[in-house]
Amino acid sequence: MADLLFNLLLSVDATFRVATPLVLCAMAGLFAERSGVVDIGLEGKMLAAAFAAAAVAAVTNSAWLALGAGMAVSVALALLHGFACITHRGDQVVSGVAINILVSGLTVVLGIAWFARGGQTPSVGNEARFTPINWPGAEALADVPVIGGLYSELLSGHNLLVYVAFLIVPLTWWIVYRTRFGLRLRAVGENPNAVDTAGISVSGLRYAAMGCCGLLCGIAGTYLSIAQNAAFVRDMTAGQGYIALAAMIFGKWRPVPAMLACLMFGFLDAVAIRLQGVVVPVIGPIPVQLIQALPYVLTVVLLAGFIGKAVAPKASGIPYVKER
Amino acid sequence: MAAAPGKIPRWVDVALIPLVNIALAFIVSGFILWTIDVDPLTALKTILVGAFGYSDAIGYTLYYTTNFVFTGLAVAVAFHAGLFNIGGEGQAYIGGLGVGLGILLVDSSLPFLLILPISILLAAAFGAAWAAVPAYLQAYRGSHIVITTIMFNFIAAALMVYLMVNVLIQPGSMSPESREFAPEGQLPFMHEVFGWFGIEVTPSPLNLSVVWAAICCVLVWAFIWRTRWGYEIRTVGANETAAVYAGIDPRRVIMLAMCVSGALAGFVGINEIMGVHHRLLLNFTAGYGFTGIAVSLMGRNHPIGIVLASLLFGMLYQGGAELAFEEPKVTRELVVTIQGLVILFSGALAYMMKGPIERAYLRIAGGLGRPAGQEG
Repeated sequence: MADLLFNLLLSVDATFRVATPLVLCAMAGLFAERSGVVDIGLEGKMLAAAFAAAAVAAVTNSAWLALGAGMAVSVALALLHGFACITHRGDQVVSGVAINILVSGLTVVLGIAWFARGGQTPSVGNEARFTPINWPGAEALADVPVIGGLYSELLSGHNLLVYVAFLIVPLTWWIVYRTRFGLRLRAVGENPNAVDTAGISVSGLRYAAMGCCGLLCGIAGTYLSIAQNAAFVRDMTAGQGYIALAAMIFGKWRPVPAMLACLMFGFLDAVAIRLQGVVVPVIGPIPVQLIQALPYVLTVVLLAGFIGKAVAPKASGIPYVKER
Repeated sequence: MAAAPGKIPRWVDVALIPLVNIALAFIVSGFILWTIDVDPLTALKTILVGAFGYSDAIGYTLYYTTNFVFTGLAVAVAFHAGLFNIGGEGQAYIGGLGVGLGILLVDSSLPFLLILPISILLAAAFGAAWAAVPAYLQAYRGSHIVITTIMFNFIAAALMVYLMVNVLIQPGSMSPESREFAPEGQLPFMHEVFGWFGIEVTPSPLNLSVVWAAICCVLVWAFIWRTRWGYEIRTVGANETAAVYAGIDPRRVIMLAMCVSGALAGFVGINEIMGVHHRLLLNFTAGYGFTGIAVSLMGRNHPIGIVLASLLFGMLYQGGAELAFEEPKVTRELVVTIQGLVILFSGALAYMMKGPIERAYLRIAGGLGRPAGQEG
């Protein structure tokens, strides 16, 4: 029994690590979609940031410069998306797809040209990474039953960006629901005409939202390459941007439910490896692929309206044309 | 602000603006090459020679082109109904599964001439079925087709890994591949076809499915512009409200367009599984479904444009492989980068150059026309 509990604890611990980039990206997508811009390009921005952060970390040996580079590249791509869909009223989905494909090619092209390691960046030492932070007394408390395990395994021992990700969730909630900017953000995603009539720039708000989106994807990418790992590997996001998008929809475009969806998807991912070969009575062995596909299946089921109704912001995906 | 409509001739809109957009994509690609110390012009020459310089290179180029025609047509048919089918990759994957399952079941008992139509039907049926679920959810449950087709790509990938690793793997084999098809279940290569007539051609993966791709282009053209269904699809794509007033049921049109789209994507399975690999395996779609988006946007959703765009991408894939071989600093992913840029400039930023080009045209045409006509 204690063994099972400990295993569960480790799975939950792993869940936080797996869910961190998902949470960051889901919040990024939330800012974009709440402002009325559909962003399929979370994946691409995260991948670009991961590459930029790993490259800068390898060259400068500074984790902070790397984080800055990751965020800068991601914001630049977010603004490119904005330039295409807000300024030129291009198709938002097409633009997102373009960014994803562009980045998945460009990171490998530049990686090979600059580092000549088959698309990888050189692995960086701990001084250029975000390393686990051990909370005071974690070692001493580790042997205390229940509380010790919770404290030393769950709360302590993550890197800075994990804590940042989970602090961003209440911050996002506060910005979206308790600030003037948030009110306008929600309004511009529902009824841009009304916002325009009130004399507030629709484009300005949407660009600002894309800026937030880019910053958060930048942190997520940096986390992948120099906090969770020590180098950039080609296509290292592996669809996590899409899972985050799914989680945001699953959370019905609200911060806390979106975070919970990320944790659920992260938990599925964390237990998938442990459940390999486990035989469940009646059903038989669980295929790992089923658990891996579960986030996507669940999202489709939710979108189909079988678990409540997922209603997107009304103006989401529609370019705003100012009447003249 | 914009110039009065009607004054801009059609060729500016249909040919000039798309060409300028594609040129921009290639200029940026050249710039990327330049930043990594590769001379863009030398690279272009290597790509061209690598794609058309010798006979098996042409075979490879056309083999890639075949895949892009199928996925490009798939995306285009959905676009005509105003739908963005991003799930070509998954539909091609499942279409290939259908082809493989069918051939594995019957290749020892039926002749080739029966297996071929069965395979084509199965590719279409499986691809269409994989597109039908997102289509149904969009049409009848209001869930967004972009998101559901993305999800279905991932579900298809997981399903294929499960089937290949656990069910279809050849017993005793280490790699997740099925057994090889019997000769009756293999589509002849084009060098074999030419061989029947005594013409010697260098071997390449190009197979008979290139002929099927050409037939599909004609069929899609006839379907979209010469049938009542195509008319309904275009009407819904242009104006759904008007379509409803005209007595067209958009829900049925969505189902129809997506099923045709999925079936076309499924034909990638004919080329890859029946034509080249002769067995079921993982990842044979290799991103062709996504390239279809670039092909369709570049070809402006018309079969002729799609054939031209497919040729261009076939050239880039084959020539890009040669370039990667010649030039150690360049990888095949350069082609993926170009693909992304093409989607960006001819898709997302399609309107960016419209205004400036139209104004420039009016200024030039106005400057030339005034002395003769004097009408304002």
